Amino acid sequence: MLPRTDRPVLMQGNEACAVGAVDAGVRFFAGYPITPSSEIAEILAEMLPRVGGKFIQMEDEIASMAAVIGASLAGMKAMTATSGPGFSLKQENIGYAAMAEVPCLVVQVQRAGPSTGLPTSPAQGDVMQARWGTHGDHPVVVMCPSSVREVYDLTVRCLNWSEVLRVPAVLIMDEVVAHMRENVVLPDPAELEVWERPRPTLPPGDPSFRAYRPGPDDVPPMAAFGDGYRYHVTGLHHDERGYPVHEGAEAGRLVERLCRKVERRAKEICRVEWVAEGYRGPEPPPGFPGSRPAGVVVAYGATARSAEAACALARADGREAILLRLVTIWPFPDEAVVRAAELVGPEGELLVVEMNLGQLSREVERAAAGRTRVRHWGLVTGELPAPREIADEINRAGGSRR
Amino acid sequence: MSPSPLETDLRSLELSLLRSDRMPHIWCPGCGHGIVLGAIVRALAAKIAAGKLDPSKVVVVSGIGCAARAAGYLNFDGVHTTHGRAIAFATGIKLARPELKVLVITGDGDLAAIGGNHFIHAARRNVGLTVVCFNNSIYGMTSGQYSPMTPREAKATTAPYGHIERPFDLCGLALACGATYVARGATYYAARLTDYVSAGLDHDGFAFVEAVTQCPTYFGRRNRMSRGVDMLRWQKEHAVPLSRAASAAPEELAGKFTVGVFRDVDEPEYTREYDRIIELARRQAAGEGK
Repeated sequence: MLPRTDRPVLMQGNEACAVGAVDAGVRFFAGYPITPSSEIAEILAEMLPRVGGKFIQMEDEIASMAAVIGASLAGMKAMTATSGPGFSLKQENIGYAAMAEVPCLVVQVQRAGPSTGLPTSPAQGDVMQARWGTHGDHPVVVMCPSSVREVYDLTVRCLNWSEVLRVPAVLIMDEVVAHMRENVVLPDPAELEVWERPRPTLPPGDPSFRAYRPGPDDVPPMAAFGDGYRYHVTGLHHDERGYPVHEGAEAGRLVERLCRKVERRAKEICRVEWVAEGYRGPEPPPGFPGSRPAGVVVAYGATARSAEAACALARADGREAILLRLVTIWPFPDEAVVRAAELVGPEGELLVVEMNLGQLSREVERAAAGRTRVRHWGLVTGELPAPREIADEINRAGGSRR
Repeated sequence: MSPSPLETDLRSLELSLLRSDRMPHIWCPGCGHGIVLGAIVRALAAKIAAGKLDPSKVVVVSGIGCAARAAGYLNFDGVHTTHGRAIAFATGIKLARPELKVLVITGDGDLAAIGGNHFIHAARRNVGLTVVCFNNSIYGMTSGQYSPMTPREAKATTAPYGHIERPFDLCGLALACGATYVARGATYYAARLTDYVSAGLDHDGFAFVEAVTQCPTYFGRRNRMSRGVDMLRWQKEHAVPLSRAASAAPEELAGKFTVGVFRDVDEPEYTREYDRIIELARRQAAGEGK
């Protein structure tokens, strides 16, 4: 296992993910080998038994998602890791976890698709799948890191939200962030903020116990199998006892609650980072925009790293441009996008840069709601956009000279 | 003769293992699934009554289909999973908490078609699960499409001209994959079926019990056995005990099925093998720390 020191350690994103997971209390991993996520499985195969945890390489992607849900029902913090093709296969069981309210973490290291695609090349083509990949209206929490240290932090945050909301969480990376090596200093695990799923307050056997009776936060406390509550779990629409129901109004109430429990916490879940010259923070940089027209580049994952450099290049070219980096993808950070749109106004623009042909750009457009122009620029060549390419795109908007 | 107090106690214990608030069940008149569920309840109740099993430590896992609804009727921790995936969910539960007795209830479509991959690999790993397959040779929940267990020539909604595929020998498949307890019973022989389920629950390793059961509604009616009793009679006429099958000529066994215990051996169970890995990993980590 990694020695913990105050000195920086050189590690890749996938490694930081595995370490973050164990630090946050993950004690079960089931997975299936797939590039570019396999290092997570390999590292956890070594780490988990050392802390009394369990690792299993299942016979396929579907089985690994199923085993993760089973382990979580038995009370363990559980996760899997995969890439596009495997993520597609896992979708039915991810929906099951949403419906049966089973906390779990799915790490999705995106590679270029569709289908088998470019297995070792980066892409961001699965961000809509992370939201809508499984059928039916359902909740999900999705976060996207841009650096190795952030992989660690967001692994912990995804697990935290998954546990307290009893919702599947997806840590969505791209191949660049997963395989990139950076020097990082990791926090002391003892000082880490780790959240646990709510537990029933009623003792086992209490006749008034209802496995799916929600608390005031719309989340039902969760008993572990084997603890004596003897309750039923199903992917069918169900009542508070967990028994199947056919009645439409009751079914509708369930789906509404499932979605509401995440929506009502959206403000806390949603995180963004604004990046300008000499500035980095959760709020827009003071004094922006100094002149108009101005642009905000919206990006996430590895693309945000290029976009940050591109903004500096564009500023050198005399454009007023800053970066809005999305950290939480779902629920979508509407509020930050609205602020960006209002800041640049009708004569400015939001340039959404993604490694796809336009996915989150449509969400940006929806949130901006006509306050400004929203433009998408992306690559699907399996290459990370270069800063110069993005800067040229910023310049094309025709921003003012400083 | 009235039942003895002991029998009454056992009977009320058996009833307490069923969720009366889930009744009536969804199964059709003449369906054999209640007989298989009865065998499961009797096997579990006897162990609980004997103090050999804590009902709080039993988890019932099922997939999708008529048989899979049994999980909801049993008064234990239970999970009615996605179609075909019961064994994979169960593997996660068992590995997370090996002290649990994990019973998988599945049907022939759930197990042998969509869930075939999980079945063969759990058997290969020898995970400590007891898998009971309610084999009625048809997809009943979806109204009578052919399954991997539908015999040749039989009619099904998706085989209106007669079926051309060969069915699996499920017990043969389990044996080939390394299952360490394998038995086949039938609803006509309900008491013997209880014995197989009971032995499967006691077994330390992957136990597979195939329960041949009847679906008069969707199999029988299309195949000239429209009542449950017709299908039970068919079972009686076609079941051959393993002991007799061993010395029978191949032509005597044509169209018949064998019942009995095909294998009952001890081999290292998966979750305990994994405990060894934990010990080894911890020892190595401690060594590194020196």
